[in-house]
Amino acid sequence: MLRCEGLTQTYLSGGRELTVLKDITFTLEDSGFLAIVGPSGSGKTTLLGLLAGLDRPSRGNVFLDGADLGAMTEDQRARLRGDKVGFVFQSFQLIPTLTALENVQVPLELSGRPADDRPGELLSRVGLAERSHHYPAQLSGGEQQRVALARAFANRPRILFADEPTGNLDSATGGGIVELMLELNRDFGTTIVLVTHDLTLAGRARRIIRLADGALASDTAA
Amino acid sequence: MTSPGFVFRMAAREGRASWRRLLVLTGAVAVGVAALVAINAFSDNLRLSVKDQARSLLGADLALESRRPFPPLADAALDTISRGGAVARAAQFAAMAYVPRTAGTQLVQVTAAEPGYPFYGAIGTAPAEAWNRLHDGAFVVVEPTLLAQLSAQVGDTLSLGESRFTIIGVITSIPGDVGIRAAFGARVFIPYRFLQATELLGVGARAEYAAYVRLPPDADALKLAERFRATLRPERVRIRTVEEDRNNLTETLDRLGNYLGLVALLALLLGGLGVASAVSVFIRRKLDSIAVLRCLGATSGQVFSVYLLQAAGMGLLGSVLGVLGGIVIQQLLPFLLRDFLPVAVSAAPSPRAIGLGLVVGLWVSTVFALLPLLSVRRVPPLAALRRDVDPASARRDPLTLPTLALLALSIVALTALQVGNWRTALYFSLGIGGAVAVLWLASLGLIRAVRRWSPASWPYVWRQGLANLHRPANQTTTVVLALGFGAFLLATLYLVQHNLLRQLDLSGGKDRPNLVILDIQPDQLAPAESLLKADGRLLMGPVPIVPMRVSAINGRPVLRTGDDSVDVDSTNSAGTAGGRQRRAGWAVRREYRSTYRDTLVSSEKLVAGKWWSPAAGSSAPPYPISIEVGLASELGVTLGDTITWDVQGLPVVTYITSMREVNWARFEPNFFVVFGPGVLEKAPQSALLLTRADDPAERGRIQRRLVERFSNLTTVDISTVQAAVEKLVKQVTLAIRFMALFSLITGAVVLAGAVATSRYQRVREGALLRTLGATRGQILRVVVAEYLTLGLIAAVTGLGLAVAAAWALARWVFESPFGIPVSLAWLGAIVVAGTALIGLLNSRGVVRMAPLEVLRGE
Repeated sequence: MLRCEGLTQTYLSGGRELTVLKDITFTLEDSGFLAIVGPSGSGKTTLLGLLAGLDRPSRGNVFLDGADLGAMTEDQRARLRGDKVGFVFQSFQLIPTLTALENVQVPLELSGRPADDRPGELLSRVGLAERSHHYPAQLSGGEQQRVALARAFANRPRILFADEPTGNLDSATGGGIVELMLELNRDFGTTIVLVTHDLTLAGRARRIIRLADGALASDTAA
Repeated sequence: MTSPGFVFRMAAREGRASWRRLLVLTGAVAVGVAALVAINAFSDNLRLSVKDQARSLLGADLALESRRPFPPLADAALDTISRGGAVARAAQFAAMAYVPRTAGTQLVQVTAAEPGYPFYGAIGTAPAEAWNRLHDGAFVVVEPTLLAQLSAQVGDTLSLGESRFTIIGVITSIPGDVGIRAAFGARVFIPYRFLQATELLGVGARAEYAAYVRLPPDADALKLAERFRATLRPERVRIRTVEEDRNNLTETLDRLGNYLGLVALLALLLGGLGVASAVSVFIRRKLDSIAVLRCLGATSGQVFSVYLLQAAGMGLLGSVLGVLGGIVIQQLLPFLLRDFLPVAVSAAPSPRAIGLGLVVGLWVSTVFALLPLLSVRRVPPLAALRRDVDPASARRDPLTLPTLALLALSIVALTALQVGNWRTALYFSLGIGGAVAVLWLASLGLIRAVRRWSPASWPYVWRQGLANLHRPANQTTTVVLALGFGAFLLATLYLVQHNLLRQLDLSGGKDRPNLVILDIQPDQLAPAESLLKADGRLLMGPVPIVPMRVSAINGRPVLRTGDDSVDVDSTNSAGTAGGRQRRAGWAVRREYRSTYRDTLVSSEKLVAGKWWSPAAGSSAPPYPISIEVGLASELGVTLGDTITWDVQGLPVVTYITSMREVNWARFEPNFFVVFGPGVLEKAPQSALLLTRADDPAERGRIQRRLVERFSNLTTVDISTVQAAVEKLVKQVTLAIRFMALFSLITGAVVLAGAVATSRYQRVREGALLRTLGATRGQILRVVVAEYLTLGLIAAVTGLGLAVAAAWALARWVFESPFGIPVSLAWLGAIVVAGTALIGLLNSRGVVRMAPLEVLRGE
């Protein structure tokens, strides 16, 4: 499903080259559940961005469902994301000017698929059927993240990237969100890549990759 | 894959929630469109009115006109032209009207007309039958203002020259009469058959003779005019037709409308600046949403379209509001311009103006939105994950240059659409570009200067206020551009008006004459002078006036051809290039009213050659003359060239010994051609005298005494003329300033928008500062410091540009001297104070909320 080879990312900072990621290589099978852990600044989010095709690596390749991301233009990658990828962010990143339901509809509309009952069903699934016409500002943090989850699954993605999805939530609410992710992973067979520094949360994954100073420190099955 | 459905749905949903953030865009577009629709609708209605009323404007199908009694050739032509139709002759001239009962005198414009005139349209009188009775006796109808001026009433006797008329009614309307004309004397109508008896049209008297023709139904006015024009032109008889009059009038009025429209367009272009500023702020707030959309699979094109569509939507809303506003403002324009309009103008909405307003408004809001929207394409999806990704650091968008080109082309095209001329449009756009560039540089300089050089010794509030000018996401450039441009426009108009009026100012100088007595025949001169001297009044003159025409230049007769330039027998001895043989037609054809004297007067300056010495009276031809430089170039002559004049049938050979520059704007007797003494003394001539009386009532008495004694004299009260000219200049500038006001309103909208957008940031900063111990007063003073500086740089740059522009206009267009009034500083002060005030008003919330509330809200 997802394969990366020799992934390296460097930035120029104050005239000096700064290496954020060093030579990361791994493969993730279909329907897998991978947690990427590590301390702050270890390169977790950078790795997630590269895996999802949100940025280009300085060196190395990423293959997402067989597609070589490095060989694609930004717009081609955007279409690939629209087709096969879902996202959950630490700060929810709902579009503030759209209602909960409309936020969930966006991925479907982007790919030009006919509007169906799926967004509504997904909102029911995350327990927000009653609040589908509320704007993000009218929802609590946990509710916003559940809308974000519904949105992430709207286009039946083959893979879901989650960046610290519980980072802005209290532990009870965060636990609920993780349960929901596992449930969706099970029901839809979606591969999940989760970035977190919460080891309890990482423990729910089937595989854990640990980063330290931008390098792969360990890769263990849970 | 790409679905337009998504773009529209997304734009609609986004717009529903965030339309308020683009209200500045809507407002800026609305003001400009309103101005444009108003002026264009007005022009359209004016054109329609002229078309409908053209025949009654001329009062005939065709007219012959001349500055002297018709020569036999013209009478013969008139016979042919009017066969099967009808003719009414008329003469128009200025004269002194005198009412014996009240002993009042007044300069009037007399029209002596034959029955039948006007054939089309009607001169309205009260009582209504007065006009029809006019020819039944020695009757006169007059404008009501004259009755007031002379304290006369219907039924009184009115003296014109040697004749007496009974006033049988007042004039209520004259087709095609332009209101401003009334300032040069009230109109009176008398029957043509009494013209001779008035004895007003002696040697040197200025009159306009006309013959109005009603053609038989099958005659073609244009063809007839064509046929006789070539024959009559050398005789100095003009032919007018309804069709040509209509075209000329339409052209003139179109030009007026075009230039007012140009000022309106400026407001709209300034609104474009508001669009760009509003969109760029809007986009900055949308970066997160854009990044998320990109993560979810939206292409850069789709996102770009979503926001372009929102800008266009709000622009369309602005255009619609602008159209509605324009329809209201349109009602004001006929009133503002009433004294220049020869026709009644309706205030009906014009579909063309409305359509044009919508299209142009939409276009401006779209094109000006493009440049800031380009940054949408550069927002990386990664920005959704990481806050520290800066979209601006990405490489320059390859579409930047094409977008700029489209913008420039749009400005030129919109201007061309308004003035109907690509060349003017190009110059105008270059001018705008130059002004914008200067303002932009000024704002950039300001930002650089305060960043580099902020003296540590200055009080805190000033340092903080100045620092705000270069903070991230500052609005310095936008505000300086918007305000500076508005100030530039208004100040330019103000300066032009000031300099035109100053030049015409006659009241200054106690020794300047303010009463002119014209048409004094040689035998009247001595008694008239002694009459004035008896009253102990300052006298200038007499200035002799001898009418003459050009008959040959350098010995070669001027051949009068039908066209507008005149061929002079070729191989001119001084002939440098072919251009010298083509002389301006008017300069050769016109009648010259020349004088002779031995000294220069104060309103003229010798620029070439030598003035004759008083003793050197010339005894034999060629006689020396001095010629005005402008005329010399029109005639293609220079020092040493000879000109032969036809002085009442007698040839007089002269040669040019000097050239003068003349300040025509001074109301003094000025001349194109001045002869030395000893040549024209015996020629048929009239004279004028100048005198001064400070009290208007005294001037009235002098005029009355002169007219009682010499009924053919015309006296002109210069202060009345000056008042008329001032009124004219003020009315024109009022109309232009009215349109320019829209630019200032747009500037204020843009400023208010700019202030509002930074408000959120200010509220947070204010809370933070207050947490750190700043008082409300200190925070408000920071705001004042910032906006005073902004207003100051905008005002100084705008006024500086205006001074440069007005100077250039004075130098090359009006050819007048240039001065800067102290009152200009007031305009600057108003701009600065207004800027600070808007800044303060918008910052009220900054100190109203509790600091904790704000900081927790984050």
